[in-house]
Amino acid sequence: MSGSERLRAAFSGGRVALIPYLTAGFPTLDGARKVGEAYLEAGADVIEIGVPFSDPLADGPTIQDTTAKALENGADLDYCLQLASGFADRAPVVFLVYYNIIHARGVEKFLEESAGAGITGFVIPDLPVDEAAAFCELAAQKGVAVCPLAAPTSTDERLEAVGRAATGFVYCVSVAGVTGVREKLPPGAVSLLRRVRAKTPAPVALGFGIGTPEAAAEAAGEADGIIIGSKLMRLVSEEGPERAGEWLREVKRAISTEKAGAGH
Amino acid sequence: MQQKVTEGRAGYFGRYGGRYVPETLIHALEELEEAYERYKADPEFVEELDGLARDFVGRPTPLMFAGRLTKKWGGANVWFKREDLAHTGAHKINNTLGQILLADRMGKERIIAETGAGQHGVATATVAALYGKKCVVYMGEEDTRRQRLNVVRMQLLGAEVVPVKSGSRTLKDAVNEAIRDWVANVEDTHYIIGSVVGPSPYPRIVRDFQAVIGREIELQARERFGGDPDAIVACVGAGSNAIGAFYPFIGRGNVKLIGVEAAGRGLASGEHGASLAEGKLGVLHGALSYVLQTEGGQIREAHSVSAGLDYPATGPEHAYLKDSGLAEYASATDEEALEAFQMCSRLEGIIPALETAHAIYHAEKVAKELGPGKNLVINLSGRGDKDVDEAARALGIER
Repeated sequence: MSGSERLRAAFSGGRVALIPYLTAGFPTLDGARKVGEAYLEAGADVIEIGVPFSDPLADGPTIQDTTAKALENGADLDYCLQLASGFADRAPVVFLVYYNIIHARGVEKFLEESAGAGITGFVIPDLPVDEAAAFCELAAQKGVAVCPLAAPTSTDERLEAVGRAATGFVYCVSVAGVTGVREKLPPGAVSLLRRVRAKTPAPVALGFGIGTPEAAAEAAGEADGIIIGSKLMRLVSEEGPERAGEWLREVKRAISTEKAGAGH
Repeated sequence: MQQKVTEGRAGYFGRYGGRYVPETLIHALEELEEAYERYKADPEFVEELDGLARDFVGRPTPLMFAGRLTKKWGGANVWFKREDLAHTGAHKINNTLGQILLADRMGKERIIAETGAGQHGVATATVAALYGKKCVVYMGEEDTRRQRLNVVRMQLLGAEVVPVKSGSRTLKDAVNEAIRDWVANVEDTHYIIGSVVGPSPYPRIVRDFQAVIGREIELQARERFGGDPDAIVACVGAGSNAIGAFYPFIGRGNVKLIGVEAAGRGLASGEHGASLAEGKLGVLHGALSYVLQTEGGQIREAHSVSAGLDYPATGPEHAYLKDSGLAEYASATDEEALEAFQMCSRLEGIIPALETAHAIYHAEKVAKELGPGKNLVINLSGRGDKDVDEAARALGIER
């Protein structure tokens, strides 16, 4: 099975994929491994690994802090690949990576090494579909998936292009803003999910600001996947990986109940 | 006609430029591009811009013969394009004025900007006050301390100055923070970026608003010495004053265009702002260009005695001009800039910005190469009042 197929399979069987995020190298190089293990134990369906970058302009303060710490810890791309390969046989791993990191390694080499480490897909916050043609083509050759972003400000025309490029899932940004913990699901999130769904057969995942099991459950009523980053990173930072895992289990329960309750 | 010289596929200069930003911003960039295309030739827009350039900014700025410098160097005639005499003390106002007119027509009531030394922040706060807009300026915490005077100026003009505490706490982090604000408030907010950087269409819009410098040089040169200058020298951080002075002359062949980067403590030291000389191709703040970065693609901190050149990338059009040989690029160290800073002050009675002093230093070589009878224009991009503390410290002047 190719990486793309493995990633797609995580969304099959009517399940809402739970996609927790971790910053590679945070809180320490070894600590990040423990975070991933805790996510797997809690029932993560996909793991999103953030490759640290010095200038993460799509991220809010929580993830910025983890990224800065990870860089201090020496989390370079080679370390990230190694970390990912440790999880890759148990759950599909996607990289959240800023484009300059890819460019510095060379797109082709980057994709080759990523595929070699078992990574199944990529979320690149600063590579909109208009600039992604070459990357998408090479990714397809290597059998790995592209997961482009859709935003509340995207026009229908753009959502169509996003849907076409999505060989993995579409990453719906719940709100115009940066990553961060928000208490409630933003009002525009559901309508965005519906607009995207109308444009593409690809699975549609929601991220940015899901901070409570209730918000996750609400999102699960509409989305094929739920991405949680800042809340988990805050828990890891303040209370450690185990607590993050416990909280994630609560979310897993909440979205499973939601799914059962909705009668799918 | 001029546009064909450097613009390749939409949003690119050769292979440089593009629009590497989060999806959330794409719509706003398209909106901006549309507004710009619609208004740039609109007679009412042009009239309003020209009127304010004249009455508010004080344009045209003079082209002054620098007689004592010419004599000292013993080469080409040296001319200063006096952007230091523009309102707020630098060329920055040319861009902010153009952009506030666009923002106003797009119905945006909130303006944000980044600033390093504070010159662009002041120029933005100034036009925001003129148009009655709410204004928020992001400035690295480090810079708010180094440039206290400009913080107060911005506050007096009614702007809110937000100290940025992330990353290296300097200009590049202020840009990150401004972009984050814009992503979250894109509906009612316009981001006035301060130089020819950022995602398309910014590099082109900023260049066009700064090209008034070059257009005036062309007319004034004809009047004063009956033809084009033989060379134009300008400092290059991100590159807006240089591109503005160069633009009408690009591809003409008879005018040497020379940009001068900050060599900081020396190119070999690694502590500098010379991204064209030492950078690698990469993506920062939405554009593909030359960027100071590590092997692994982490952005490096730039260093220069002048905060305005303290930026780890250069605008994509400069990258193209360099590659194609349409312009040349050199560099001057902190020490050399300080030397030129003092010389210009004493010889010509003008305290230049430390940024500008880099161009002045290198201009000596160019003037000597050209030789007597030729004409060299230095874009005197800003005045040096803001730099007196920094200069006093660096030169060990008692305070």
